[in-house]
Amino acid sequence: MIKIRNFLLLIAVLCGCNVFAQNAPAGNVEMADSMMSSGKMYVVVAVVLIILAGLLLYLISIDRKVTKMERTINAEKEQEKK
Amino acid sequence: MPALPILHETIRNLYFHVCMWFAMMFIFTVSLIYSIKFLLNPKEDFDIIASQTAYTGMIFGVLGLITGSLWARYTWGAWWINDPKLNGAAITMLSYFAYIVLRSSMDDAQKRSRISAVYNIFAYVMLIVFVMIYPRLSQVDSLHPGNGGNPGFNTYDLDNHMRMVFYPAVIGWVLLCWWIASVNIRIERINRYNYNK
Repeated sequence: MIKIRNFLLLIAVLCGCNVFAQNAPAGNVEMADSMMSSGKMYVVVAVVLIILAGLLLYLISIDRKVTKMERTINAEKEQEKK
Repeated sequence: MPALPILHETIRNLYFHVCMWFAMMFIFTVSLIYSIKFLLNPKEDFDIIASQTAYTGMIFGVLGLITGSLWARYTWGAWWINDPKLNGAAITMLSYFAYIVLRSSMDDAQKRSRISAVYNIFAYVMLIVFVMIYPRLSQVDSLHPGNGGNPGFNTYDLDNHMRMVFYPAVIGWVLLCWWIASVNIRIERINRYNYNK
């Protein structure tokens, strides 16, 4: 159980990082001037960050699915032992 | 890198935003093939592949919409404009959302796989019509390159150096998309196996 709890904690931390990553492009949007500077390079940066954040979020959701499956399998195993 | 007005360095988004749509088209085509296969030969595995690839395609489509919206803000001046290609893409995404809703609304597994396979074919037709055909037919020219009566790539502002990066990038993103889809498929297979046990 402790293992699972640690795992969930890790997921929570990752989620936290992700929220931060998602906020980054939105924060830049407010400052349109900086987005427009250096040949609009930061638009590309923001696009890459969005894709990275999206794929990371999706990875976390897949991870949760697998964790759920592991739990059901473990529960079945414990039932069989009894 | 070609030096272009308005776009400036954002031309590099070609390797990300455009590749999202390429990956989405690829994975939805796989989904279509397996839906047809399921209708011809109703094996459970075909249904799993068709549904999971469609879900994965949605992720890439949504990412494509968001990145496109951001790109549009700094090149065309607005988050969303009344562009035939944008509206077409939005309509297709909605029709694939409907696919998810349709699937989750039915309990009977047999019925669900059959109806969703038929709907998937319909959604793919919508995709082709709204993303490929409608922007070329519509009276208002899309701001996307290659629309307004011209076939796609010839009018792209691609020079050969960009092509050398763009094509491998497309292949890379498509492979990544397939990887995600295959993980989803495997998870769903194990899920069904556990459920049927």
